[in-house]
Amino acid sequence: MRKTFPDKNGHFGIFGGRYAAETLMPALIELEEAYLGVRRDSEFQEELTRYLREYSGRETPLYYARRLTEKLGGAKIYLKREDLNHTGAHKINNTLGQALLARRMGKKRVIAETGAGQHGVATATVAALFGMECQIFMGEEDIKRQSPNVLRMNILGAEVVPISSGTATLKDAMNEAMRQWVTSVRDTFYIIGSTAGPHPYPMMVRDFQSVIGRETKRQILKREGRLPDFLVACVGGGSNAMGLFYPFKHDREVAMIGVEAAGKGLNPGMHAASIAAGEVGVLHGNKTYLLQDENGQVRDAHSIAPGLDYPGVGPEHAYFHETGRAEYVTIDDQGAVNAFLCLARYEGIVPALESAHAVAYAMQLAPSQDKEKIIVVNLSGRGDKDAGIIAERMEGR
Amino acid sequence: MGRIEGKFSSLKNKGEKALIVYLTAGDPSLEHTKEIILGLDAVGVDILEIGIPFSDPTADGPIIQAAFQRALKNSVTLSDILDMIESLRAVSEIPIVLFGYYNPIFIYGNERFAKRAQEVGVDGILVVDLPPEGSAELRQYTDRSGIDFISLIAPTTSSQRIRKISKHATGFLYYISITGVTGTARPRVADIKSDAERIRKITPLPLAVGFGISTPQQAREIAPYVDGIVIGSAFVRMIEENRDRTDMIHTVSDYAGKIKKSIISNFSEPSQC
Repeated sequence: MRKTFPDKNGHFGIFGGRYAAETLMPALIELEEAYLGVRRDSEFQEELTRYLREYSGRETPLYYARRLTEKLGGAKIYLKREDLNHTGAHKINNTLGQALLARRMGKKRVIAETGAGQHGVATATVAALFGMECQIFMGEEDIKRQSPNVLRMNILGAEVVPISSGTATLKDAMNEAMRQWVTSVRDTFYIIGSTAGPHPYPMMVRDFQSVIGRETKRQILKREGRLPDFLVACVGGGSNAMGLFYPFKHDREVAMIGVEAAGKGLNPGMHAASIAAGEVGVLHGNKTYLLQDENGQVRDAHSIAPGLDYPGVGPEHAYFHETGRAEYVTIDDQGAVNAFLCLARYEGIVPALESAHAVAYAMQLAPSQDKEKIIVVNLSGRGDKDAGIIAERMEGR
Repeated sequence: MGRIEGKFSSLKNKGEKALIVYLTAGDPSLEHTKEIILGLDAVGVDILEIGIPFSDPTADGPIIQAAFQRALKNSVTLSDILDMIESLRAVSEIPIVLFGYYNPIFIYGNERFAKRAQEVGVDGILVVDLPPEGSAELRQYTDRSGIDFISLIAPTTSSQRIRKISKHATGFLYYISITGVTGTARPRVADIKSDAERIRKITPLPLAVGFGISTPQQAREIAPYVDGIVIGSAFVRMIEENRDRTDMIHTVSDYAGKIKKSIISNFSEPSQC
């Protein structure tokens, strides 16, 4: 029998687990029980599917990027268009699921952390949709560089709480969201946006995001009559990548490639490549690869893409790396910006800077492969939010 | 009998309650931490809780977060803290509990930590993010070293769970008096009373209460229902506010002495009955 992960304590091999303060433990156990209940509940699943279809606009297209493919002259590149979801990224797949669960559990208030603001917007959106109070924690640095998303959250009626500690980015926002959750755990549901955090979050977020891979499988079989050779997705915490990879886990002929952010190069403090350059440690409730110093203090991460600017990675990715099921590579800021512009100019699609990391790797990979090979890139989000970062970078030249 | 058990048992014989003071190691410096501990020992503080600085303290409020940052700026490591305790042991027998988050211990090495902690005279550890479900990986070593594993109980912990936690707990139980992070809200005495009664029905382990207690008045009101009071953020703030003053250590121990006094007198006549 195939082993399924996580085990009952939330472990993926040595990774994952539930390293949380006692105040949160009863809530995590309650959440796990509630989630395992709805996982088998056909009424819940049908309701979620209906919202994904009628509200978010699923299924999203699997688009053959002909001009980009021809320009590169190698493997065929397909884009899974998660950017076409309502709110502009894959994040809504998960927030719809968690918000429906929160409603079932009788919670009237949701909180979330956000880096790029995509998860924050997706959370603010479902909070409005279901009439819940909503508070979003976001680093001050990210508030500056992703201002369009801050405005959107405000318009949707969410309160955006600026966080100034640390590097004022995603890690610090998550610290503060956890503190807020400790304080308000009785009536508040914490919607974690990545396959990170304590059990059951990595499993639950993976399951809600797996709709990406299930659709992709169906679509590519219909279009090409076979499975792809490569799946490529960016990895910060890793939710869009896990959502694409997971349904292909047992298809050994499909290579899965996660792309981490190499930022300004792989020196300490300059990047966000936890698997490439991190060590095993414990942060935010799970054991995984972490960017840290020799004394176990977590280092600051850096990436031009705020959604990848996180010093850890989801525990199931750590496990896939350890077992060799997936390969993890890196793309730096410059490579991501280049891919951002290439996709815009060749396909008329402006990707999120996060997703541009995956596009950049596919652009490296494709020319080395013959024309029969198939690469599916998860285009996890759209790039309107990044216009400011790109403009600043171009002016800087 | 370990120092912690010995302390609670001798206090019980005297009809006294324990005052447990929390300090962040290395704030403002490790030398200061040692001097402050000696000052606290001299005024009758019963147990010392020493915080191991961590970059991401998700269960702590702003005061301890800032203290951790200051200590980390001073490059204080777990190894330095253990060395400091070793030198302290030459002059003081005060029971010491190390308080912190798991990652710095995990990176130091669980087995190595247990061995060194025992060697330098650490009596107990409290690891905020190691609930019973995840603690075996560290306890397999610390239990063998005879180090007490102090367990937390929160207002959200069910009686069933308290039973499970207390079965494996040693030293004392640390009851978190508020649903929140350290040094923020003030606990309600009535809540502490009813939760303490609930816990006492389940376990005979000594019960200490902390998070949100800062004044002699609060300590006096709460003491009758528990075996010990933990005060942290109030001391951390006082150390920070007085860091450049030559009488800082005196100010801190003076305040501790006042609190200790407030909980030994009149504890049998609670103000709210």
